[in-house]
Amino acid sequence: MDLKRLEKQSDYRWQIPQSVAMRVPGLLFASEPLLREMDDKVYEQLVNVAQLPGIVGAACAMPDAHWGYGFPIGGVAAFDPEAGGVVSAGGVGFDISCGVRLLHTGLMYAEVLAQQAALAEALYLQVPAGLGSRGRLHLSDRQMDDMLQGGAQWAVAQGYGEAADLERIEEHGCMAGADPSQISQRAKTRQRDEMGTLGSGNHYLEVQRVVAIYDQQAAAAFGLFPDQVKVSIHCGSRGLGHQIGTEFLKKMAVSAKNFGITLPDRELACAPLDSTLGQAYLGAMRGGINCALANREIITHLTRQAFAQLFPQAELPLLYDVSHNTCKEEWHTVKGEKRRLFVHRKGATRAWGPGHPELPEDLRAVGQPVLIGGTMGTSSYVLAGVSSGDSLAWDSACHGAGRRMSRRQATKQWRGEAVIANLRERGIIVRSPSLRGVAEEAPDAYKDVTDVVDAAEHAGLAKRVARLEPIICIKG
Amino acid sequence: MNATSAYWEHFEHSADIGVRGVGRSPAEAFEQAALALTAIVTDPDSVAARTRVPIECQEADLELLFVDWLNAVIYEMATRQLLFARYTVRIDGPLLKAEAQGEPIELQRHRPVVEIKGATYTELKVQQRPDGLWIAQCVVDV
Repeated sequence: MDLKRLEKQSDYRWQIPQSVAMRVPGLLFASEPLLREMDDKVYEQLVNVAQLPGIVGAACAMPDAHWGYGFPIGGVAAFDPEAGGVVSAGGVGFDISCGVRLLHTGLMYAEVLAQQAALAEALYLQVPAGLGSRGRLHLSDRQMDDMLQGGAQWAVAQGYGEAADLERIEEHGCMAGADPSQISQRAKTRQRDEMGTLGSGNHYLEVQRVVAIYDQQAAAAFGLFPDQVKVSIHCGSRGLGHQIGTEFLKKMAVSAKNFGITLPDRELACAPLDSTLGQAYLGAMRGGINCALANREIITHLTRQAFAQLFPQAELPLLYDVSHNTCKEEWHTVKGEKRRLFVHRKGATRAWGPGHPELPEDLRAVGQPVLIGGTMGTSSYVLAGVSSGDSLAWDSACHGAGRRMSRRQATKQWRGEAVIANLRERGIIVRSPSLRGVAEEAPDAYKDVTDVVDAAEHAGLAKRVARLEPIICIKG
Repeated sequence: MNATSAYWEHFEHSADIGVRGVGRSPAEAFEQAALALTAIVTDPDSVAARTRVPIECQEADLELLFVDWLNAVIYEMATRQLLFARYTVRIDGPLLKAEAQGEPIELQRHRPVVEIKGATYTELKVQQRPDGLWIAQCVVDV
């Protein structure tokens, strides 16, 4: 990105000045090197998002931002329903409520190392991963609707997961306001065999080792200590979310002109929050969030079963579960005034600061755990929200490393066998049904997640708490 | 490559991948682009054309019709667990009638790489090139 087009507000905060067409400025939270490497498309897309009706504050980009669909991935934007604000299917994305959760295991690195290969095998057999894998759970129409209403709470009631997990999931594991009647039969059919599956692409299940602690107090509150073993699960709402995204993107694109909305890019398809279409999408999208929460809860259950085969005494309580592709109704302070806003986070994680009333009591003093996924070969991070309610980027932080290289370039550069052998030498076992898939997800195809996390901390979005490195990676 | 023949290719997108079909008509370009879709998942030559699936879409805007078509193919792949080796497309005004021929995914043989989430409006183009050939393309979210 050409930095000459930006106004530097601080080393980690850069503004795109408001042009005539823009209703608000653009705001990029990143270091100079990250910005130089960032695609020019992020600039274009922020300028476009800033033109949408009812946008408040600024169109924001996180340090890991890259070229997305309409909205940049790593984009955050809030809309006011009282000011003609909109909801955008593109601003949420195809993988509704894709997210990350982190489980404790109570085990130390040395114990797991002794069983590393057996545990990798058990997890690979237990958790369906990759295209063509099917879940063992098949829902009737009635069960499907119950799942879409109930999310992880539904999963726990069905015997998947534990009640104690729910307090550690955003929205207590159940997104209110879901409307299964707004979700097409095609979307439900696409989900029929996919409950409890990981999916493919950048989705994974990893067994990780805590290798560094940056904030002792927050780490202790989160239950993170050196050499402990944790499990990270990254996946979303599977076929259901993809189909909801596909269908509403089209509905919004063709009706925009009826709402008097000029779209600078068709992919920015949106509808007024108070329109029938806007409300229909919110009802469907919230069902998609519940589907993702239920899915991660079922996968957690399967993970616990796999661990029980090798470590019968192990308990795997949930540290936290975050979603990074959502639109949520939240209250934020804007120029001293409390306003109800619809915050789109597309490849961005909500990051409540200390004292936020929606945090579980035992985490409230330190802020929300913000879970940042890495790559198969690099680190994942746990951050903590720091916002004091002044709504810096609407209490949001980054979500991952972000790709540096396209899938095509990656397969030209690496072979899956070599990537797996190389990681094995470094003590990491990768299990995946697809060698080409592994090559496409090679660690060096991604930006350095450490740079992204450093920038998030310096920009004041969140603070670093701990770093984890993979020891087993189940790749879809 | 013979400039007058139909073909498909992938093009770069930072996080995902673009599909492009080229042919003597929009219908042929659509067929080729759908082959590019198969090629994201597996080598199309490894897929046998044993099962036939009819697909229909209706949409007046040719570009939106193209995205509808790819999304219909993605839906059939996902729900029937099929891969397609061959596509026959007819476009008559806003109506697209097609047949996709393929076979069930076999994990060992096809080694599917990645699941396709949906076709997007990013880099979406359906147009006739100066050489008379039609091009149909967009980015696909994987």
